[in-house]
Amino acid sequence: MALLEIKNLSLQVNGNKLLNNISLSLKKRMVYAIVGPNGVGKTTLGNTIMGLEGYRDFKGDILFKGKSIKDLDIYERSLKGITLSWQEPARFEGISIEKYISSSGKDISSDEVSEILKDVGMSPENYRKRAVDKSLSGGERKKVELASILSMKPELVILDELDSGIDMDTIENIFKAVNYLKSNGSTIILITHSQAVLKQAEYAFLMCHGMILKEGKTPVISKYFSNKCLPCDHKNEPEE
Amino acid sequence: MGPEILIEKAGISQVLNDEKSASLIINKDRVTSKKTVPGLVVDTENIKDGIKINMTLKNNTIIDRPVHLCFGVTDKKAVQIIKLNLEIGKNSSMSVYSHCVFPFAEDVTHAMDATIKVGANSKYEYLERHIHSEEGGIKVIPKATVALEKNSRYKSEFELMQGRVGRIDMDYQVFSKSYSVMDMSVRINGRGNDIINIKESGNLIGEYSKGVLTSRIAVRDNASANIYNKLIATADYARGHVDCKEIVRDNATANAVPIVEVRNPRAHITHEASIGSVDSKELQTLMSRGHSEEKAVELIIEGLLS
Repeated sequence: MALLEIKNLSLQVNGNKLLNNISLSLKKRMVYAIVGPNGVGKTTLGNTIMGLEGYRDFKGDILFKGKSIKDLDIYERSLKGITLSWQEPARFEGISIEKYISSSGKDISSDEVSEILKDVGMSPENYRKRAVDKSLSGGERKKVELASILSMKPELVILDELDSGIDMDTIENIFKAVNYLKSNGSTIILITHSQAVLKQAEYAFLMCHGMILKEGKTPVISKYFSNKCLPCDHKNEPEE
Repeated sequence: MGPEILIEKAGISQVLNDEKSASLIINKDRVTSKKTVPGLVVDTENIKDGIKINMTLKNNTIIDRPVHLCFGVTDKKAVQIIKLNLEIGKNSSMSVYSHCVFPFAEDVTHAMDATIKVGANSKYEYLERHIHSEEGGIKVIPKATVALEKNSRYKSEFELMQGRVGRIDMDYQVFSKSYSVMDMSVRINGRGNDIINIKESGNLIGEYSKGVLTSRIAVRDNASANIYNKLIATADYARGHVDCKEIVRDNATANAVPIVEVRNPRAHITHEASIGSVDSKELQTLMSRGHSEEKAVELIIEGLLS
């Protein structure tokens, strides 16, 4: 049985068809990429899987372990083991990194928080007590986000543009954390337009115009994406 | 009921047994205990419905351990008036933790009128933490005028998060001379039909003086909050910032009026204010990590007020 199955998913917002009859199937313990230029619907698809506000009123269905999650809210989907990391993660005034990480998991001890911080390349001594607020750089915030996801031990993780605004050393740490997630049994969806991130995936879906244009093993999709996807006027506003 | 309950609620039993820590405990209009340390002079006298306190920290005196004040009322109905004159000498430093405890208040008024002077090159930190009853039958009227001499530091934190607010009418004014720094913050959690009125005014009158006014307020049910933060810069190179954030739920209402006034072209003041419900992205992020909506909101507000 597929871990996640999307059937004929279409989403229209303010008259714009953002997702157009998307169908895909994801297996357990795999790293997938959803790739494509800016504005083709990648983030929209991730947000719809997570059930974010404004992305719930769609046609078609989303099945998780064979059961529809269409009517579930974000919290209910997270209890089933689905989570998402935003391209620009939220900042939380006054919430310490330790509390943020430990509250994302179940019964996470202080020692486990330290281990998780090390897993994403952060020193527990330097970061444990710091707040998840605007004092963190973009890269630090992304690492904290991954740490909180590691503590949650999810079955399906959607990582939206995890490389945006961060340096090469940080992205290497993040890739290690992605592999760690996979080795712990998670399925990962990388939403990206970066070839470097795309290479981390085993299988990829190329999006264009709110649709899945092509899918296949990563090298094939990577080659097609770099050679054929030229800047175009597709803005998710397909003709009816 | 005696002052023991105030001490217990304030969590300062151990401090009172420490010979090196100064403290003053007042239950309604009675001084129940007073302990001082070298360099700190504390005189008290009874006035109608309260106590007048004259506190002086001598020149060149550094007090390492915080001075604990406990102003409380164990009665259900009472008026408590505290008049405080505090003078901190030159080149001195002191921290004061003020515990305002009203655990059974049904109809209690607590009025504090303070005049504070921080001497040149001195540092004064003041944390006022309130513990109220769940009935909301309390009126808190804290007023303070603070004068900061050259190169002094003043930091104040006001917290009212345990029990119901009732009604609070705060009015603080600070005057900062050259190179001095003021840092004032207020954190209040209101619910029921609580009324929160905060008026803070910072006056940057000396060159290179700096000031920050911070307010963090959460209101729900039918509570209301009105925040007036005013920062005035009249001196060369004065710098200031006003930062107000209020989270509103249910039928609660909130107003924030950040006033920044600059009367010197070399001065600079900024402000930011946000009022509204819990940030949607913060809420959805926590919900995506396994928190129910209610728990996520609690966590966000707890962080804001921490």
